[in-house]
Amino acid sequence: MSRRSFRSPLGRAIGLGSAKRGSRHWFAERATAVALVPLTVWFLASIVAHAGSDYTVFTAWLRTPFAAGAMVLLLVALFHHAALGLQVVIEDYVHSSARFAALIAIQLCCYGLSVIGIIAVLRVAFRS
Amino acid sequence: MDAKSTPPGTKAPRPRPFSPHIQIYRPQLTSVLSIANRATGVLLSLAAIGLVIWLSAAAAGPEPYAVVQRALVSWTGQVVLFGVTFAFFLHLCGGIRHLVWDTVHGFALRSIYISGWSVVAASAALTVAAWTGGLLVAGWR
Repeated sequence: MSRRSFRSPLGRAIGLGSAKRGSRHWFAERATAVALVPLTVWFLASIVAHAGSDYTVFTAWLRTPFAAGAMVLLLVALFHHAALGLQVVIEDYVHSSARFAALIAIQLCCYGLSVIGIIAVLRVAFRS
Repeated sequence: MDAKSTPPGTKAPRPRPFSPHIQIYRPQLTSVLSIANRATGVLLSLAAIGLVIWLSAAAAGPEPYAVVQRALVSWTGQVVLFGVTFAFFLHLCGGIRHLVWDTVHGFALRSIYISGWSVVAASAALTVAAWTGGLLVAGWR
């Protein structure tokens, strides 16, 4: 038996976040998913096409504007999608005080790794 | 529930039954694929760290790249890559299934099982196709 609450529905809802942005996380997860379908398929097809190739051939491919651009887009979409997905996993399974720290750590790791990857691609692409 | 929470004059509430948890249920295709989609998502996030290491090695030069490449072509590396390939296709096909569901299509029980087994079959076929293609290309060099 639950105790009857004397708080109004509005009083209970206030402070729990914006009602206008409830679908933001959901929508971003879908938008990145749609972007990742062609990007990951392109990436895998390129890796298969370059199987067994050496450093010179591989970097020559990564230096082309299309490959470098697509790889940067892949890193952006991939780590944004990972951050959104891992956030839900933590929210579902971590109930201890480590939850807040884990949520922050996931965000920092994902966006940090994304930037490290993008810089690596740009270093290869713009090497003289 | 203790007696203190029961208002006077009412019957003591019977303890509510707990919902059986996941390990009690017989695994079904629906639940297994749902869990697999989440598990492969976590696994692919870890693989994404490998992607960044690989790209950073390529940026660092031929020697660091050769070190990473040696690890990737080792037996352990190849087994891990094969697993990641299957996880990728399972997450890709499962994700496309979810995107179709987002358009409010395919929710009949029969459709759910058809799409579920299609995801399993397509993931297995695409993994085999990708590795056959990769081994053929590597063999030609």
